[in-house]
Amino acid sequence: MNPQLLVDCIDVNTHFGALHVLKNVSLTIRPGETVGLVGESGSGKTTLGRAILGIGPVSSGRILFNGTDIAGCPPGARAGEAAAIQAVFQDPYSSLNPSMTIEDILIEPVIARGLASRVDATAQVRKLLKQVALPTDAAQRYPREFSGGQRQRVAIARALALSPRLIVCDEPVSALDLSTQARVLDLFIEIQERTGVAYLFVSHDLSVVRHISHRVAVMRSGEIVEFGECDQVTARPAHDYTRRLLLAAPVADPIRQAERRAAFQALEKGN
Amino acid sequence: MTDFSNEPTSRSPKQGRFAFARAVLANPLGLVACVMLVAVLCVAAFAPFIAPYAPGDLQIFKMNAPPGDGYLLGGDGAGRDILTRLIYGSRNTLAGAAVAVGVAGLIGVVTGLIAGYFGGNRDVVLSWVSDGLMALPALIVLLAFYQALGASIYLSMIVFGIMLSPSFFRLTRNLVNGVKHELYIDAARVSGLSDLRIIVRHVLRVIRAPLVIQTSIVAGIAIVIQAGLEFLGLGDPATPTWGGMLQNAFANMYTAPMAILWPGLAISVTVASFVLLANAIRDRLQQGDRVTAGTTPKPKPAPSSSHPRGDSPDDDVLLDVRDLVVGYPGKGGWTEVVRGVSLTLRRGEVLGLVGESGSGKTQTAFAILGLLSEGGRVLSGSILFDGQDLAHFSEKEMRPLRGKRIAYVPQEPMSNLDPVFRIGYQLVEPMVAVLGISRTEAKARALELLARVGLPDPKRTFSAYPHEISGGMAQRVLIAGAVSCKPDLLIADEPTTALDVTVQAEVLELMRNLQAEFGMSMILVTHNFGVVADSCERVAVMKDGAVVEMQEVTKLFAEPAHPYTKMLLGSVLNDTTVRSYVAPRNPEVTA
Amino acid sequence: MITYLAKRIASGLVLLAIVTTITFVMLFGATENVAQNILGENATSAQIVALEQRLGLDQPLHVQYGKWLSGAVRGDLGTSWLQSERVSTILLHRLPVTLSMVSLAILVIGIVSAVLGVIAAVRGGWADKVIQVISVVGFSMPNFWLGLILVVIFALTLRWLPATGYVPFSSSPGGWLASLALPVTAIVLSGIASASQQIRGAVMDALRQDYIRTLRARGVGPGSVVIRHALRNALPAALTVLSVQFIALLGGAAIIERVFAIPGLGSLTVQASLSGDIPVLMGVVVAAIIIVLIVNVTIDIIHAWVNPKVRLQ
Repeated sequence: MNPQLLVDCIDVNTHFGALHVLKNVSLTIRPGETVGLVGESGSGKTTLGRAILGIGPVSSGRILFNGTDIAGCPPGARAGEAAAIQAVFQDPYSSLNPSMTIEDILIEPVIARGLASRVDATAQVRKLLKQVALPTDAAQRYPREFSGGQRQRVAIARALALSPRLIVCDEPVSALDLSTQARVLDLFIEIQERTGVAYLFVSHDLSVVRHISHRVAVMRSGEIVEFGECDQVTARPAHDYTRRLLLAAPVADPIRQAERRAAFQALEKGN
Repeated sequence: MTDFSNEPTSRSPKQGRFAFARAVLANPLGLVACVMLVAVLCVAAFAPFIAPYAPGDLQIFKMNAPPGDGYLLGGDGAGRDILTRLIYGSRNTLAGAAVAVGVAGLIGVVTGLIAGYFGGNRDVVLSWVSDGLMALPALIVLLAFYQALGASIYLSMIVFGIMLSPSFFRLTRNLVNGVKHELYIDAARVSGLSDLRIIVRHVLRVIRAPLVIQTSIVAGIAIVIQAGLEFLGLGDPATPTWGGMLQNAFANMYTAPMAILWPGLAISVTVASFVLLANAIRDRLQQGDRVTAGTTPKPKPAPSSSHPRGDSPDDDVLLDVRDLVVGYPGKGGWTEVVRGVSLTLRRGEVLGLVGESGSGKTQTAFAILGLLSEGGRVLSGSILFDGQDLAHFSEKEMRPLRGKRIAYVPQEPMSNLDPVFRIGYQLVEPMVAVLGISRTEAKARALELLARVGLPDPKRTFSAYPHEISGGMAQRVLIAGAVSCKPDLLIADEPTTALDVTVQAEVLELMRNLQAEFGMSMILVTHNFGVVADSCERVAVMKDGAVVEMQEVTKLFAEPAHPYTKMLLGSVLNDTTVRSYVAPRNPEVTA
Repeated sequence: MITYLAKRIASGLVLLAIVTTITFVMLFGATENVAQNILGENATSAQIVALEQRLGLDQPLHVQYGKWLSGAVRGDLGTSWLQSERVSTILLHRLPVTLSMVSLAILVIGIVSAVLGVIAAVRGGWADKVIQVISVVGFSMPNFWLGLILVVIFALTLRWLPATGYVPFSSSPGGWLASLALPVTAIVLSGIASASQQIRGAVMDALRQDYIRTLRARGVGPGSVVIRHALRNALPAALTVLSVQFIALLGGAAIIERVFAIPGLGSLTVQASLSGDIPVLMGVVVAAIIIVLIVNVTIDIIHAWVNPKVRLQ
């Protein structure tokens, strides 16, 4: 076991019935690091995130967190820092219960773990809201009173409530508008630099992953086809599939995009 | 048995349950229903104090007596006071209904929670039992069991409660199934909340209101069935009941027909109160889903629709939208979603309509197609298409243009194909309707088009159902359908947003080629500046229902004029540098 | 699809077995007074014992059940204790009466609800209001009470229609219709109340789907959009409502047949129930479940015809 690693997934396999959705997936995350996990729909990237969170199945393989195997162990049965692993999900509308106040939502993780009384937990709410740059009077309001970007900030605040060392982020900005997306990404980075939390950042968008990640893994059909330093994977990919992904995504510059399109078509013809 | 399981998905009650109850009472029908139910309850509770006689008192000479002379509503077949028996009858009726509802609710909700939340085998078994119970005609079973249950109506109502439990079961199960895939359930699970606490904290909260509605409805059903059983003589003849009174009145129908009126009215009014209460709660839950007819505000008088233009009409311009305002009826007037959009599109040009959510770009596109959602209307402005102003075209006038001259490619490929028809049919039907060609000809063209849009096996796709093909293929089918009648203008609403990035590149390529081949003009609605850079010649940037900037594409990216455009382009992530990893030395672990 | 149907039928037969067993145990577990009931109050205890022996009531429950079951699977449901007629013969006399009444009612409910529901979904306006009113009134008024009122008005006061009785279709179609006019009117209201509302909702749901907009954008006319696409997509929901209604009416027939003195399955059930004629009751339960099973399987077949996903499973 490498003491430098926060998460070490070793040959993780998952089957849904006859479907083999994760095939011998191995992935590591260092403390305070963002690992981007990129792939198209059905590639298994979300399944891997859920396996690490303990809310998705694992058929075989190990998921070491700080050296302890947590594969197949549901969140409620986890102890210590593994119990503090948190998540931020894609849809900011579905990830907050519409009938609960922001305060109730934010203290849920603390209450669930029995870590603090309701009163102590409530005292912490103000601090959490400040961390994600939401006004403190947000506590008594309901999710529907907030925009998508603000809701996602609430979701991030909830994830921070237990001071986790790892947050699994499943497409956390893909439902957001362009300008909101950039601000939320910057918030993620700022929190990481301050607290040293590590992210597994699942996304279909290579440019988002490039913006936030230290290392990037590319998944296709349940396999990791490429895993390496961010700049290498997202600028000079070694694998053909990564190259296709990279060239297929249009860039916001008509001249560069024309070149990129030509390169994509050349690659397609070559295949 | 009535099935109310297709309840609307519930909206969250506003600010706690008391406000919700108050809102229900603010509805006049809800208030009337509550008052009636409270009245019936009071009558039942205080029967001995209200009733003029004891329920068993009889005066032989008042058999079937008309109203009056101490018997306010007359006498029944045995010479007892009808009013007294009505008052006492409410006790039995409400108690019986309570038993049935209690049994049905308890069994149904608990099993429904188990089946819905845990799924799997438990769901299969419980659903089978529920389906089985639903397949039994309740009254026949109750009649068959009569000999075993005896005259006690309560035992019958317990059995009936069991037979009604599937209505609660199905409602609860479906609601839980809807809720359990919400991400906040996953978040709660990640937090380590146990299943039981998740059900209590998250699931019950959401299904509470629909369950109240169902309880109200089931109470009504129970009252009617109970009365039916008593009418058949299955109750205890010693206790006064509304159903039993109907039986008595039925036996004396030829002499005193009026006597059938009162017990029936009592039943109807009580049941109606339950139904109205349920409706009031449902209305409250659905509020905002649909503006009720009659409250639709009148559109404000449109400014003269003549076309005030300085420039000479340009033959090269296919579409000229001026000061377009689109509104939906909202609280106290029209909510404008498009506020004065102006844009032009030349023949053979590709125009990008770009903006963030809520900018009104899709509504502008729908207004041009004349396909605004229910209630939506063009309030003012003009949409000049080839010299005709579409802004005030009726549905009938619009129809010949759609498909033939203006076509549409939607965002979500899968939901835009009718699931119950083969793909071929969905291509052939519009062609036959629009072009007036024969089915054989339309089929030949459809097959050609399917090949043209790059589907590897056109024949197979033609005879496939939508769920048998992938999203990317479905989008190609929709594009084929859109160009099938060689339109002059193609409006594509986020045509690649739902697709994977590699498929997106292929579909954009296809649309570009088709546009050139058919010489179509195209409006490409998108939020993605990459797509704009890839496919558009000119771009209109929208914000808050208006166009803030319209430019040639190269110019827009090189020197954006409007601050909003600058801000948007500044938000595009195309970093030149990447983050470098530094192991945290002294992480500030506390939040 | 075939295996799916086979499964449905098999599961229906399991249901039949379970329900008849429970009914049998409940009924035969409480037979102390049956012989007394049949013979009347003046019967001697010797007569009662003799009758109990003849009926086999002195034997243990499982023996009685075995006898009944071995007969039932061969189509022999035994003999009525009161009428000394074969149960199957009685059922064959009674079933057509009830089925013709219920089928006519379902037909009326289906047509009226479909028309009202579609108009309300497409146009709103008056049809919406009619549905709202019917949904409250139809649901609140017990149908037998409505029946009684109809009898008082149309039969006793106006004398337009017969108050009671039943004329078979084969002997006089006009008389059949006249004899069923009042009872069918009485029972359809609650059915329309529920079905029209659900059909309206289902059609509105279908009309809100994305593919409807796309079809309209392609130039497909409103008639085809509503009838061919929206209605067809709403059909499964509508059929489910009608099957639920059918089951409710089959049971409710017991009361309405009493009001109109119609000699159908319902009045047979009531008679048998009050007098404790257990073989007849068992026969009624078996018949009712088999009819429901047939209706449900028919609906499954229509579902499959409408929805390709079901068909291909």
